[in-house]
Amino acid sequence: MASIVSRGFTGRRDPEAHRLPPGQYRTVGFPVLSAGHTPHVDLTNEWRFSVRNVAGQERSWDWRAFQELPQEELTRDIHCVTGWSKFDTVWRGVSVDTLLSGLELDGAWVMAGCYGGYTTNMPLADLTGGRAWVVHEFEGAPLDPAHGGPARLLVPHLYFWKSAKWVASLQLLEQDRPGFWEDNGYHMRGDPWREERYS
Amino acid sequence: MSAWRAGQIVSARRESASGRTLRIRLEEPVRARAGQRIDVRLTAEDGYQAVRPYSLSDIVGPQLLEITVEEVVDGEVSPYLVRTAQPGDRLEARGPVGEWFTWDASVAEPVQLIGGGSGVVPLMAMLRAHRRAASPAPMRLLYSVRSPAMAYYREELALAPEQLRAIVRHVYTRDAPAGYDRSVGRLTPESIAEAVLPAQEQPRVYLCGPDAFVDAVAEALLVQGHPYARIRTERFG
Repeated sequence: MASIVSRGFTGRRDPEAHRLPPGQYRTVGFPVLSAGHTPHVDLTNEWRFSVRNVAGQERSWDWRAFQELPQEELTRDIHCVTGWSKFDTVWRGVSVDTLLSGLELDGAWVMAGCYGGYTTNMPLADLTGGRAWVVHEFEGAPLDPAHGGPARLLVPHLYFWKSAKWVASLQLLEQDRPGFWEDNGYHMRGDPWREERYS
Repeated sequence: MSAWRAGQIVSARRESASGRTLRIRLEEPVRARAGQRIDVRLTAEDGYQAVRPYSLSDIVGPQLLEITVEEVVDGEVSPYLVRTAQPGDRLEARGPVGEWFTWDASVAEPVQLIGGGSGVVPLMAMLRAHRRAASPAPMRLLYSVRSPAMAYYREELALAPEQLRAIVRHVYTRDAPAGYDRSVGRLTPESIAEAVLPAQEQPRVYLCGPDAFVDAVAEALLVQGHPYARIRTERFG
């Protein structure tokens, strides 16, 4: 395709452009994008996180029990479908592998459910193998509610809407089903390197 | 995902000190709904490309869309679109996208639009679509903006409610025009309650603006009895 040149546009070259998936630009801020308002979840009395398989087997934790699980600290680049990427974000939380251990994995798909009603779906394979976490600290401080605190899912190799804020549960599914944004035109998987933005 | 389409800027107008509306003609028709956004891609002479999303401010026709761009200090794309680009210049567009934060004439219920700063842009597309369709649904716009100089769509939003088919209320957070009879400052639960369609009329609310603005207004609306499911929000950080 002959490229359409925008006359007079020079742009700003990023020396680390190789870390940017196609169509992304780097931000140093941390923009917020969500569908509803920010729910505030009381840690002592209300917060609970659970994983469930298709057969109905469930494991769940209150905040204190969750803090006693093995914690990992990780540094990752994140990529939002609206175009921004943020490099070297630092998180602390529990690996999804740890959360799913002991559960019979009887479905190949997962629906994440959240306080506030948001949902998002993805293949189980994207959540396992040390590629996904439930995180509760960002850059060394408790995760701000606007960014998904008390705890959010973190799946940094997929577009950031899959990293559901205010996550409350992971439900295994036998068949893939669209979550909130997926039902509103977004891609079922959302790999930024394949630019899987919209369905 | 829809493909990139060639487009050409056919006209441009200043909206404020830092905002500008571009009318873009697309090579092919698209199906656009008020509230949606498009991705704009710019290509430099050497092939370097940059992409940014912009809300539509008007859907003039299937091949004629408008965006209003607020210049971001130290931005890469917005300074070009606000200051450099001229009618005749070319770009590419993809989309429109977004199915959630949209309005069309099939929505019969009353509509309350609430915008903070450049968050008014997708709401303006809704207001214009509502006017063009001569929709009988009651519509109000509450627009929180720093000062008259920062306000978008000044002439159009000053039209009489019968012409606009909507009731518009500006709230100024820093400087107000002469003759403004309310106190200057951010929206409060009281000023929101006074300006918006009451909860018992069951309006659908579209709320767009900076994150803290959206959170504060949504909180006030919930307290005033607007159910969570009726409030649609879009935010930027």
